[in-house]
Amino acid sequence: MFGKLDWSAIPFNQPIPLITSVILILGILGVLGLITVKKWWGYLWREWITSVDHKRIGVMYMLLGVVMLIRGFADAIMMRTQQAVAIHSAGYLEPEHYNQIFSAHGTIMILFGAMPLVIGLMNFVAPLQLGVRDVAFPTFNSVGFWLTASGALLVNISLFVGEFSRVGWLPYAPLSETTYSPGVGVDYYLWAVQISGVGTLITGINMVTTVLKMRCPGMTYLRMPVFCWTTLASSLLIVAVFPILTATLAMLTLDRYFGFHFFTNDAGGSPMMFMNLIWAWGHPEVYILVLPAFGVFSEIFSTFSGKPLFGYRSMVAATLFICVVSMMVWLHHFFTMGAGAAVNTFFGISSSVIAVGTGVKIYNWIFTMYGGRVRFETPMLWSMGFIFTFIIGGLTGVLLAVPPADFLTHNSMFLVAHFHNVIVGGVVFAVFAAVEYWFPKAFGFRLHAGWGKAAFWFAFIGFWVTFTPLYILGLQGMTRRLQHIDVEAWRPMLQLSVVGVAILIVGVICQVIQLVVSILQRDKLRDETGDPWDGRSLEWATPSPAPFFNFAVMPNVEGEEAYWGIKQRAIDTQQLAPEPDYRPVEMPLNSPVGIYTAFFSTVTGFALIWHIWWLAGLGLFAAFIGFVVFAWRDVHEFEVPVEELIRVERGRRAARDAFLERIRQGEGAPS
Amino acid sequence: MPARRPFGLTRLFGAFVLAATLTGCAGGVLDPVGPVGANDAEILIDATLIMLGIVIPTILLAFWMAWRYRASNTKAEYLPNWSYSGRIEAVVWAIPILTITFIGGLIWIGSFKLDPFKPLPSKTPAVEVQVVSLDWKWLFIYPQQGVATVNELVVPQGTPVHFSITSGSVFNVFFVPRMGSMIYAMPGMVSQLYLQADKPGELMGESAHFSGDGFSDMNFKVHSVSAAEFDAWAQKTKAGGAMLDRAAYAQLARQSSNVKPYAYSAIDPTIFQAVASQKIAPAPGPQPAGPGHAGREVSTGGNR
Ligand code: HEM
Ligand SMILES: [Cu+2]
Repeated sequence: MFGKLDWSAIPFNQPIPLITSVILILGILGVLGLITVKKWWGYLWREWITSVDHKRIGVMYMLLGVVMLIRGFADAIMMRTQQAVAIHSAGYLEPEHYNQIFSAHGTIMILFGAMPLVIGLMNFVAPLQLGVRDVAFPTFNSVGFWLTASGALLVNISLFVGEFSRVGWLPYAPLSETTYSPGVGVDYYLWAVQISGVGTLITGINMVTTVLKMRCPGMTYLRMPVFCWTTLASSLLIVAVFPILTATLAMLTLDRYFGFHFFTNDAGGSPMMFMNLIWAWGHPEVYILVLPAFGVFSEIFSTFSGKPLFGYRSMVAATLFICVVSMMVWLHHFFTMGAGAAVNTFFGISSSVIAVGTGVKIYNWIFTMYGGRVRFETPMLWSMGFIFTFIIGGLTGVLLAVPPADFLTHNSMFLVAHFHNVIVGGVVFAVFAAVEYWFPKAFGFRLHAGWGKAAFWFAFIGFWVTFTPLYILGLQGMTRRLQHIDVEAWRPMLQLSVVGVAILIVGVICQVIQLVVSILQRDKLRDETGDPWDGRSLEWATPSPAPFFNFAVMPNVEGEEAYWGIKQRAIDTQQLAPEPDYRPVEMPLNSPVGIYTAFFSTVTGFALIWHIWWLAGLGLFAAFIGFVVFAWRDVHEFEVPVEELIRVERGRRAARDAFLERIRQGEGAPS
Repeated sequence: MPARRPFGLTRLFGAFVLAATLTGCAGGVLDPVGPVGANDAEILIDATLIMLGIVIPTILLAFWMAWRYRASNTKAEYLPNWSYSGRIEAVVWAIPILTITFIGGLIWIGSFKLDPFKPLPSKTPAVEVQVVSLDWKWLFIYPQQGVATVNELVVPQGTPVHFSITSGSVFNVFFVPRMGSMIYAMPGMVSQLYLQADKPGELMGESAHFSGDGFSDMNFKVHSVSAAEFDAWAQKTKAGGAMLDRAAYAQLARQSSNVKPYAYSAIDPTIFQAVASQKIAPAPGPQPAGPGHAGREVSTGGNR
């Protein structure tokens, strides 16, 4: 009846997962209870859960990403402390737990933390910058988000029903085959990643279409902000490589469920092929993450220097260059497999060639500051921290791409330090910078600057104190993923790293305080003008928070830096453009199809993990019904009345008039 | 004579870097005992220096630029519309391209020179060692000496060692940090690796690829001894102990961890080929022991 599932799946005899689960479940029940008591369900359902507004979906993606980032950080604290105490001793986590923790940490951080954060940003920002009212497929977008959330939910269910994968964030065969991993852990991984992978592919298709097809009048390709270019490049990579991931995991699934032999180590299976396929997705994946981060920094350097981006065309070229070349480097993840000198040379050089594109970008950001008036607001601090951290991460990346150097450092703590250098210093710093930067556009008030700066300094210093020791450990010969340690010489650095983690924890606390303080002081931090940073692209042409239709009238773009042009014209002529002719606007209707699909995907995934075949069939059938019902609906848009548009637009114009008035009185740019 | 500067910030930083590198050096990959490790390490250091030559000025430029053009510095020129300069663009592309050209050369030369499959030049013929990674220990077979060891490797110093490496279960990586290059141990395949130790001593060896619950115990001792001591060791080992035959191998291949080093006094010389060609089937995974938990693996590896 219930397949492999019975009461012994619950970790009653294991205190750590049990207590964590109980706290988590109580926490979730508490939140649900609060929503019920406060009668927020209706609001949540109408305004968020069924919303197809790209901004709302973007915010929900970010929320999911932040929650998963915290979960992943908890895993990280456990790993670092375990390694610091388990020197000539067993530590406090047995291998079966420790191995689940590092596997969950990597999976969650990359696929359910960083990916939702980056996709959330693309969703929120790109349509606003392109001057359009929504993405190409709004309902599809909601489906994509909810499928991602479904995957994240499955990973977290594994905490208290069964176990998670113990084989790492990439389920290398043959270790992940049934022979060596008979439990449900790898199955949790497979179905969680497959379901969320479909969600990601949906977003990729959606964003590619949006950038290619949905630009406002006059927004030619070479007038798009660089963030839109990086969104396009990243989404193209998603469309190109996520199918590889899906196919690879599907083959592993066939091996595990039906006794196929794609990657088994006997009967003609080829585990080496698994390595090739997974990295053919895996390396582009890291660029899917980091390209939008480059976009964020391009916006921030330009805005806070009060200047256009230096070398815009170079920037676009470098982005597309990285996008293409990143698909030709995957073998650098296993130079040590003995492919031969010629093959290693090819992939070593192709990998380091990517650093050319990255190097050009860094110089362009530096020269953007040249002749500027650089304002060190919090986003700018993160950006400077990024430049420093990312350059070092790039350096060690190129080192790892030199085969003889990799022969000494492959899979070592040096490698661990490298990729945290680029992912934390690149992607996570970018996300924090972006949240500071675009928060007012989402919620109408800025985040508290002091706490933001404190968070930056703790994160930046904490990062370096945590990861510099790992570089040294790598050079001392320490490999990754050790549950306990037999080499005394590694003790000092392992313990120093924990000090760094403590500093990072303070940083996280600062960030939580920042959010709370900002909400409490929201009236003081209110963004009246819609343009809190003296911005240059079209999102700043909308009021804050941006109305659900974004623009009452479609903007008309006449050059690069669309909004800067409009703003300068207003300042020069001392008046706003004449009031346009308002027309009613068609907007997509909310739809529950996303959460409906995701609910049944979760049920199906759970059933497949536990071999509850009837439930899997039921889930698939129900999902299909939902699909049919959705396909047959005939009303999918509604009209926003002109009065509503006029109300919002007049409010915005009044704020801009007040701004012009302030300039006239010599107060300068808005602060 | 100019007065000596007191303990400045740069000095402090230098001292820190020095201390860090020293701890990093001792006993690590930058403290090699043989030619392969030395060449690998040299390439690592050369590549680092080439890149630091460009990275340090770039970082300094970034911070100088940010400081010089800070909003409060009204003395700096303000060019609100400046966003293009063909010359700077050219330089900006040229610098990384040049750097990567150097690195590319290093990659090319290094990959061919240090191909792990390539024999080392030497007057003395190489000692053969066949390596089998198992869950969760290493088996070293000495076909020329007719002995085998578990979790312990003895190599004659000054003589190249030719490792033929395979796996009896999942992937692992054979790695002795101070000897140099690592390479994968893969089921159904044989990797080649030539290493040499020129100094006597005890080295640490490990697996550099996660292989399951007992992975943390997959480390082994490496004794680098003189040629005479090596022969003496082989003779002594031959003198007494168990034989590595199919039955013993089958026993060894079962999952176990934290296995104390021991030796076999005789070997079935076909074992390595049989494992590599999978005539001996890959080892079984975890065997159920006692009451299980639904969906949870029962581990035989793990804590001591
Ligand atoms: C300058 C460009 C870069 C180069 C040349 C480079 C090179 C490499 C190489 C050679 C490896 C494999 C090392 C080994 O396993 O022995 C590696 C691993 C890795 N890199 Fe990079 N990298 C670069 C930038 C990045 C960026 C931008 C990211 C992420 C945003 C990233 C994320 C990773 C990750 C996650 C791994 C390890 C994956 C694993 O084994 O679990 N790298 N990198
Ligand atoms: Cu890569």
